[in-house]
Amino acid sequence: MVLVIAEQRDGVLNRASWEAVAAAQQLGGPVKIAVAGAGVGAVAAELAAADVAEVISLEHEGLAVYTPDGFVQALAGLIAAESPSHVVFSHTYQTRDYAPRLAARIDRALAADCIGTKGDSSARLFVRPIFQGRVNADIALEGPAPHLVTFQIGAFRGDAAKRGAQPAPVRSVAASVDPASIRQKPEAPFREAKQAVDLSQAERIVSVGRGIKSEEHIAIARELAASLGAELAASRPICDSGWLPMERQIGSSGQTVAPKLYLALGISGAIQHVVGMKGARTIVAINKDPEAPIFEIADYGIAGDLFEIVPAMISALKQ
Amino acid sequence: MVQRLWTLDELWTLDELWTLDEPWTMNEPWTLDEPWTMNGPWTLDEPWTVDYGLWTDRGFVKIAVCIKQVVTREWQVRVNESKTWVRDSDASWELNEPDAYALEEALRLREKHGGEVVVVSAGPARVAQVLREALARGADRAIHVQGDHFSTADAFTAAEALAAALAPEQADLILTGLQSDDQGFAQVGVVLAEKLGVAHSTIIMEVQISAPSTGSGPADLRVKRELEGGWFQWVSMPLPAVLTIQSGINQLRYATLKGIMAAKKKEIRAVAAPPVSTVKQRIASVYMPEKSKQTRMISGSAAEAAKELVRVLREDARVL
Repeated sequence: MVLVIAEQRDGVLNRASWEAVAAAQQLGGPVKIAVAGAGVGAVAAELAAADVAEVISLEHEGLAVYTPDGFVQALAGLIAAESPSHVVFSHTYQTRDYAPRLAARIDRALAADCIGTKGDSSARLFVRPIFQGRVNADIALEGPAPHLVTFQIGAFRGDAAKRGAQPAPVRSVAASVDPASIRQKPEAPFREAKQAVDLSQAERIVSVGRGIKSEEHIAIARELAASLGAELAASRPICDSGWLPMERQIGSSGQTVAPKLYLALGISGAIQHVVGMKGARTIVAINKDPEAPIFEIADYGIAGDLFEIVPAMISALKQ
Repeated sequence: MVQRLWTLDELWTLDELWTLDEPWTMNEPWTLDEPWTMNGPWTLDEPWTVDYGLWTDRGFVKIAVCIKQVVTREWQVRVNESKTWVRDSDASWELNEPDAYALEEALRLREKHGGEVVVVSAGPARVAQVLREALARGADRAIHVQGDHFSTADAFTAAEALAAALAPEQADLILTGLQSDDQGFAQVGVVLAEKLGVAHSTIIMEVQISAPSTGSGPADLRVKRELEGGWFQWVSMPLPAVLTIQSGINQLRYATLKGIMAAKKKEIRAVAAPPVSTVKQRIASVYMPEKSKQTRMISGSAAEAAKELVRVLREDARVL
């Protein structure tokens, strides 16, 4: 049996959980879904639409607000009771926060940030990108079951999760949590940037990455953006360096955009950036490294020096 | 005007050619190899003028930083002949960038609260390079957990070795980058916390250590976690704790000539790797990813390529 750990916050299901359900269904065999929290019956009922054997709402007051200490205890207990062959998660920030500790607690293997599987139950391999997505590795997990696997956001389609003919049974399980042993005291989540720039509405975006090399070179990207009638955006390192404000950052920690045109200048194409822009209709990449991962998702690419190509584009656009 | 290029390794092997207590202006045109830039405000007198500001129940704040040496971003990744790893014998190496931010955060915390910063790295002999670099940036001492197997080790193997080296240190705070640029497990810091039996939090964008609210006992830790899509959250927890640090938490400083010279007097202690208990992850094969999209590569001179790109965007893609 494959156990999917779904994710919710304040009773709202994280959509990426459907991707984990799709991945688990592809592994084969019966699938169960568990969702942990306090009063998560409605989320469990929503998940019961999936073609799965059962949905478990793992309940405890100590799980009302997410903490790694609370979730590790609760899920270690559930996994011991259910004895799954695999435990499947979506590779969200929350999963990253506690799944490694859960694996260490129960002393089982964890393959993180996988993008697919190969083989069958006798010889299962998990595919994960390494070296910033420049190469893939097929990973075999060793040791006794269960094996824990987290899948990259977008590696599976949530709408590909098979729905059942009728709702799956929902079972409420009282989690074993000692609230006194939870060391993290979280405060309410908040948003920092005022999001004055809503890049999601932009029709065209020129986005700069490390290849721009220095702050003064931002000017030529800005000029190109003006010539194209595009908004200017950036990958994380550019905003980290303060060359562009944080609210112009595209990616998992910034904005998600789907413009008609996304022109990536000197962006390597790390997954943290790609998740924020891969929905763009036409993607253009200009990068000096012909093997940069950005070219894998680009419709048009120029492998060359952006400091020569961008000025040439600006003059070509004037014609 | 004398001008010379120095590498960190050159400077390391250099004996006292200069008396560094002579008046020293950082605007000297000594051009060090990138990224050893000379600009920026530095506090060069630590750790000799430590202000023992904040104490925990175990004494002054001791911060350990776990760092990894990874291939440089510019290095062309090539699969080896047996297709089990990359061909990195000719690679150039650097400090994993998120770990550099973790080190910088530790140095800033020490500037604020006093104490000691210890850097730890597990790996083959080559990783001494990043330990020296960390010492030159201002860490007080270094521990090198030696083992060739760490090059391709899984996260559990690395975390167990770091835990064995760090357990006797009794650090109050352990920082590391949120993931490495090579295997990118994003697990080592969290597993390390479990092995050491201490609290943890991940993807941290701000660290606050303050005197305990109760007036006695260990200091309190409050950290800003990054959530997805521009959301953040403050989380408090007791020390000791492990934090995984997000890139961009601070502005990095680079080693100065004076820092490099001072680092030569600092200790790099080599310790043997503990036996590997169980390997949980095996790399079956490594290969170049398949393209998911048909990309039209436009070649020619810059002017030709730019002209053609503008044409296809206008006429084929119709996005202009």
